[in-house]
Amino acid sequence: MPRTALESRAVSARDVAHSPYWLRQAPRLTVALFLVPIVAGLLGTVLPAFGWLPAIGGRTVSLAPWVTLFSQPGIRDAIALTLVTGFSATALSVILVFGFCALVHGREPGRAGRAVMAPILAAPHAAMAIGVGFLIAPSGWIVRLLSPWLTGWHQPPDIATVQDPYGIALTLGLLVKEVPYLLLMTITALGQVPAARHVEAAAALGYGRTVAWLKLVLPQVYRQVRLPIYAVLAYALSVVDMALILGPSNPPTLSVLALRWFTSPDIRMYFPAAAAALLQLLMVLASIALWRGGERVVAQLGRRWIARGARGTSLEPVAWLAAAVVVGLAGLGVASLADLALWSFAAGWRFPQVLPAHWSARAWTGELGTILWPLETTLVVALVASVLALLLVLACLENEQRQGVAASSRALWLLYVPLLVPQIAFLFGMQVLLTVFHLDGSLLAVIGSHLLFVLPYVFLSLADPWRSLDMRYARTALSLGAQPRRVFFRIKLPLLLRPVLIAAAVGVAVSVDQYLPTVFAGAGRVVTLTTEAVTLASGGDRRFTGVFGLLQALIPLAVYGIALGVSGRNRFRRQALGGRS
Amino acid sequence: MSGPLRLEQVSIALEGRMLIPPFSVAVSPGEVLTLMGPSGSGKSTLLSVLGGTVAPVFRVTGRVWIGEREVTVLPPERRRIGILFQDDLLFPHLSVGENLAFGLAPSIRSRGAREARIDAALRDAGLAGFARRDPATLSGGQRARVALLRLLLAEPEVLLLDEPFNKLDAAMRADFRRFVFEHAKTAGLPVLMVTHDVADAEAAHGPVLELLHAPEGMPVIHGLDPRRAIHEAIEVASQTVWPPPTDRIKA
Repeated sequence: MPRTALESRAVSARDVAHSPYWLRQAPRLTVALFLVPIVAGLLGTVLPAFGWLPAIGGRTVSLAPWVTLFSQPGIRDAIALTLVTGFSATALSVILVFGFCALVHGREPGRAGRAVMAPILAAPHAAMAIGVGFLIAPSGWIVRLLSPWLTGWHQPPDIATVQDPYGIALTLGLLVKEVPYLLLMTITALGQVPAARHVEAAAALGYGRTVAWLKLVLPQVYRQVRLPIYAVLAYALSVVDMALILGPSNPPTLSVLALRWFTSPDIRMYFPAAAAALLQLLMVLASIALWRGGERVVAQLGRRWIARGARGTSLEPVAWLAAAVVVGLAGLGVASLADLALWSFAAGWRFPQVLPAHWSARAWTGELGTILWPLETTLVVALVASVLALLLVLACLENEQRQGVAASSRALWLLYVPLLVPQIAFLFGMQVLLTVFHLDGSLLAVIGSHLLFVLPYVFLSLADPWRSLDMRYARTALSLGAQPRRVFFRIKLPLLLRPVLIAAAVGVAVSVDQYLPTVFAGAGRVVTLTTEAVTLASGGDRRFTGVFGLLQALIPLAVYGIALGVSGRNRFRRQALGGRS
Repeated sequence: MSGPLRLEQVSIALEGRMLIPPFSVAVSPGEVLTLMGPSGSGKSTLLSVLGGTVAPVFRVTGRVWIGEREVTVLPPERRRIGILFQDDLLFPHLSVGENLAFGLAPSIRSRGAREARIDAALRDAGLAGFARRDPATLSGGQRARVALLRLLLAEPEVLLLDEPFNKLDAAMRADFRRFVFEHAKTAGLPVLMVTHDVADAEAAHGPVLELLHAPEGMPVIHGLDPRRAIHEAIEVASQTVWPPPTDRIKA
């Protein structure tokens, strides 16, 4: 070989791994798919917030919408209510979850714990809000259980336990849903730090369990649950469906107020509505910034607390209390779902009977048509959105592996954008845009709007298991002469079947959860179980409401069951994959 | 017979640091070249360079040839370079037979012929009748043999060994080592083996290269005689080990 031919030349995998063009575009397409509608939607909200919406005659830029907004009766109360419920729900969730983890640390959640968590996590917020509302209502299960032997009530008392002016019911509803979510995120993060050994080491130095956990494990874990906490904060501040069902109606929270004006027959109200939506966005951003500042303060104080070296076991009772409340909330969540089921089959159920005197399936069968149509829409939207999201996410992950580069942490923030930006802040603008393309009110628009939220969750659910598959399986298969496509379909997909199906199930659950995107993108013409349930919850028949709430909660649970069942059966043949777990 | 494996001025750098200096070497069909060196010295990375699956963070230069075929320009699946890792990496969702069928060249078309080929391979490895077994039910030694069979059925032209004997216990280790070397010889494959174990190098009966990492400056590649103490380099090779070190060492 002549030496002159030996010019240096890069021969890295990037040159030889052939990602087809479309696969290399997958990440860009995915990011564009959810960022473009959000940015465009935000723009479509910001302009009318300053008076610009030519379609309805707004051609001058002014602060008039803001003047109108702040002259609305009860606007200050609405803002205060929004901040109080949002912050108390988030702060309480965080404290409860960390207290719980500090106490039960090192003990794996057992079968019973998982069985309780699963339906609560899977249930849509609206269904859970309806169930909690049923449960704590003056004529609800809790009062019934205590009456008349304890309370002496033979009639439901005249107390506003639901839709109370302080938003306590709303906060409770949020806690029931967000505590299990944050708990799941924290437990997942705990798996990535050597928590048990650190607690042991601290115990050897005389530290109490709880204190050791708070001083050593929490600082390591917090970094990884930060984004989920921000997502909870943003959600709690701007939630609409739960606030409609459990929150006060006069004044309601800011998002509900904005929705009310957006759907008002008086189209001039669009302007203050847009201003309110923008204000909602600013409140969320400021709140996240405030929380971030709070983190720093707590971290500083925490450092000093750690440096003082106090061993103390005085926090033990606090942790016990937190854990007890977490268990209580889980019980409340399960009881709420059970209550939905009871109401849907109740024929006569007088106060203060604990169980219905007569049972009937009439609410289910009576007007089957009114159930089947939204059920079909819900399923079609959820399945199409999940499958689309799954294809995009798989393409992104496969491209990432073929190119040999992982997404940066900045890209992870992009994923969280749809979860941090309040829905109300961009959905109106998006609807305006959809109207331009004559897509408003179409099933396609609803599927697209769901995709914005389904995509990030499917990605978050699938990315870790996908990336942790031993790369040498793929290398081995390639070295045996298999094309990358064959390696993907014959090796990676089958090995990762379970996480793939679970990610799809997560997508379905997220889609079924969506209320506001359905209302806006569907322009009120696309009716799903969720929109029906929320509508019925305000004064509809409890049996019907129960049917819709229960169906809504059962779909995600059934899909999870199918996902686990299918992947379980497939794996049963091969021991190494563990069969059912 | 596929011709020798030739590395031509191959070098690997990571973030500006040279892991493997430019070097050239050839391995004849049936010969085993052993590469030794401390952990993190880039031995396994070199194998992934040859296999075509090295991560893009590594800066790689040079060319790799099998006979008159340059493989550096080919994607991994068209290089015909088989690799065995420490773990057998049998695909756990496929049966033993299905694993072998995955490797078996698609040019054998009929189902009967494919099954016959797989059964023959299993018989030859003392694993007759194992085709329908779940890989998880096999012993470590059996799994290792199936992994090699799968690789050979793909009809590679070069065999790379990434410490494949490491996880086997002493008795099985010698057994499997003999099994691998015999099959490689029969198939006339040039073999490049990475290992920590001197016994592996001795059993290979071939030339040995040792990668040494000076605390600062360029790493160095030595030709070693495996029959002597491992750190006693008989000759400090220049950074270009070419022509093949075989001649120098055996001389």
